[in-house]
Amino acid sequence: MTTVEEQLLPSKEPVRLIDQDGVLHDHSSYKLPAEQTLVDGYVELIKGRRINDQASALVRQGRLAVYPSSHGQEACQVAASMVLADGDWLFPTYRDTVSIVSRGVDPIETLTLLRGDWHSGYDPYERNVAPQSTPLATQLTHAVGVAHAARLKGEDTVVMALCGDGATSEGDFHEALNFAAVFQTPVVFFVQNNEYAISVPLSKQTIAPSIAHKGIGYGVPGERADGNDLAGLLAVLGQAVDKARAGEGPQLVEAHTYRVQAHTNADDATRYRQDDEVTPWLERDPIKRLEAYLNSAGLLSDDTKKRADETATQVAQYLRDGLMPEPGVDSEDLFRHLYAVPTPQLVEQAAFLRDELAREES
Amino acid sequence: MTHVKLTMAQALNQALRDAMKADDSVLMFGEDVGPLGGVFRITDGLTAEFGEDRCFDTPLAESGIVGMAVGLAMNGMRPVVEMQFDAFGYPAFEQIVSHVAKMRNRTRGRVALPMVIRMPYAGGIGGVEHHCDSSESYYAHTPGLTVVAPSTVADAYTLLRRAIEWPDPVVFMEPKKLYWAKEEVDLTEDVPGIGKAVVRREGADATLIAYGPSVPIAMEAAEVAAAEGRQLTVVDLRSVVPFDDETVCAAVRRTGRAVVVAEASGFASVSSEIVARVTERCFHSLAAPVRRVTGFDIPYPPPKLEKYQLPGVDRILDAVDDLQWEDS
Repeated sequence: MTTVEEQLLPSKEPVRLIDQDGVLHDHSSYKLPAEQTLVDGYVELIKGRRINDQASALVRQGRLAVYPSSHGQEACQVAASMVLADGDWLFPTYRDTVSIVSRGVDPIETLTLLRGDWHSGYDPYERNVAPQSTPLATQLTHAVGVAHAARLKGEDTVVMALCGDGATSEGDFHEALNFAAVFQTPVVFFVQNNEYAISVPLSKQTIAPSIAHKGIGYGVPGERADGNDLAGLLAVLGQAVDKARAGEGPQLVEAHTYRVQAHTNADDATRYRQDDEVTPWLERDPIKRLEAYLNSAGLLSDDTKKRADETATQVAQYLRDGLMPEPGVDSEDLFRHLYAVPTPQLVEQAAFLRDELAREES
Repeated sequence: MTHVKLTMAQALNQALRDAMKADDSVLMFGEDVGPLGGVFRITDGLTAEFGEDRCFDTPLAESGIVGMAVGLAMNGMRPVVEMQFDAFGYPAFEQIVSHVAKMRNRTRGRVALPMVIRMPYAGGIGGVEHHCDSSESYYAHTPGLTVVAPSTVADAYTLLRRAIEWPDPVVFMEPKKLYWAKEEVDLTEDVPGIGKAVVRREGADATLIAYGPSVPIAMEAAEVAAAEGRQLTVVDLRSVVPFDDETVCAAVRRTGRAVVVAEASGFASVSSEIVARVTERCFHSLAAPVRRVTGFDIPYPPPKLEKYQLPGVDRILDAVDDLQWEDS
C-alpha cells in the first residue's frame, strides 16, 4: 500500500528499460513497448537525427537563420509524438522541430520560423500542433486551456506540453501545473532536462531532488525517465497519456538527457563546459543503444535498416530542395492577419508601403 | 421599447448573461468571479445561472488566467476573463503582448483568439495603491489588440456584447468609478460598434476628446462652458483601437480647437497619440495647438491626493481658455 504522497513522487531512479549497452532491464511498473513500435521508433530516430544534422548544415550554408538542435535528444522528440493519438495536441518549443515533424507536420513548414520568411509556417489545426513557443513556459498554460476546452466539449483529447529544464524556473511553469491540477485537465507536461539553459547548468535552476519531484507540490504525479532510452520514454509517456486520458488529471514527466551540442550555432559552449563532461553522453546516444538492443534481439532486419536510411535520405533531400531556394516574401503580409478586419490605420500604412515600393521600382 | 434604469455594473452583468445565453462557448472566469460575483459584482449570479463550467474561479494567477484563455480560444471557446484591477493585470502582460496580441499574425490568420480581457480600470474611487492605474496605453501600443473603453451604461452593455462577438482579442477597459452611474437605457437599441467614436455633444467653438471615465467630466465641462458662452463639442472615442480618425478629425476641423482629456499620465500615452494624429491631419484647420488635460507623470496617488491627479472641470476649462482665442 502506498501513500498518496508516494504515488505523486517519481521513481527512485529514472526509468530505464534499455541501458546504454543495449541491454534490456525489467521494470516493475513499465513494460517494454511492442517490437514493431520499437522498430518504427528506430526509423523515426534515424530520420530525426538526419533532420537535426541537415538543418545545422543549412545554417552554415546561410539557409536558416539559426537552428536549436535536439541532436542527442531525439528519443525524447520522437517519443513525445509517438504516444499521441490523432486528436491529441502537441505544444512544442523552438528546440522541438523533430517532434513536430514526427507528428506529421511538413518539415519545410516547420522550419519556416528559423528560415525567417514567417513566424509559424504550419497550420496548427492540421495536425493539432501549436506554434513553437520561443518565450519559455508560456505555452504550458495554453496547453491547459486547450485540454480544458476539450473536456468541456466531452472529447478525450490529451495535450502533450513540452518544455526544457530552464523553463521550469519560469512562473508560467508553476501556474500551468497548478491550473492543470486544480481543473484536473488532461495535460502531460514533458520536461526535457538537457542540463543546460544556454550556458546555465541545471544546478543553478533548481536544487530540487529532480524536476519530476516538483509535481508533488501541485498534487501532480511526477515520473522520470532516462531521456536517451526510447523504450523507457515510450513506456513512461504512454502511461502518462493513458492516465490523463482516463481522467486522472495532469502528469509530469522529466527526461534526463543532455544537450550534446551548443544552444544554437550562435553559441560557444566551450566558454561554460568542458569536453570531458560531454564525452560520456556521446556513449549514451539514443540511436546507438536502441540499435544495439534491436540487433541483439534480432529485430533489426536489413529491410528496416534500408527503410531508415531511405527515410533519412529523403527528408534531408526534401529539406535541401525546399530550403536552398530563396523564399518569396510579400510585403503585404506585414499587414495581413493582425485582425480579421484591418484597422483604418493599417490600411493606410499598407498603402504607404505599397506606394513607397512602387516609387522605388519606377 | 424597453427602457430600464441600470447602473453600468448591472449593464455589464446583463451583457455577460445575454452573451452566455446566446452562445454556449462563452466562458467567464478569473479571481472571485464565481459565487462572490466579482469584487465589483459584475459577474453576480452567473455561476448560479450557468453552472461552474461556464463561470468559475481560478487559482490566483493572472498570467495563468490569460494563458488558459488563449488555449480555450484556440480550441473553440470564447473566454471572457476578469483581471479584477488594472494593476493586477500586469503579471499577464507577457501573455497579452507575446501571445494574445500576436497569435493571429504568427500563424498567418490560421489561429484567431476571440477573447475578452475585462479590466476594471482608472481611479476616482478612493482606492489604495495598485488599484487605480490607467493602463490602456500599454495595450493600445501593442499591435493585434483591440482596446475598448465605454463611458455610458448603454455603451457598456453593447460594447461588451460586441467585444465578446469580436473575432479578435479585446482588452475591455471598465471605468470603475462609473460602475455605479445610473442611466435610463434601452438595451435593444442599436448603438455604433467597436471602432466608432461618437459626438456626445455638439458645439462650434472647440472640441473635447475623451474616453472612458473622462467623458462625463468632459460633458460637465462643456455644460459649464456653455453657461459661460462657449460651445464645446465632446467626442467620446469608445474604442481606442481601432481609432476613429474620421470622427475625431471631422470634429476638430469643424471647431478649429481641441483639448484631449484623459486620466492616464500624459507622457507617451493614448492622449499624446491623439494630439499627434490630430496635428498631422488637421493642421490647417487648427487655430491653436492641441492641448491636453491628463494625469501628471506620477504613480497614481494615494486616496487623499487623487483629487490633484484627476482631470477636473476647472482644469479642462482652463485648457480651453488657453486655446489662443486672441493674439496676445
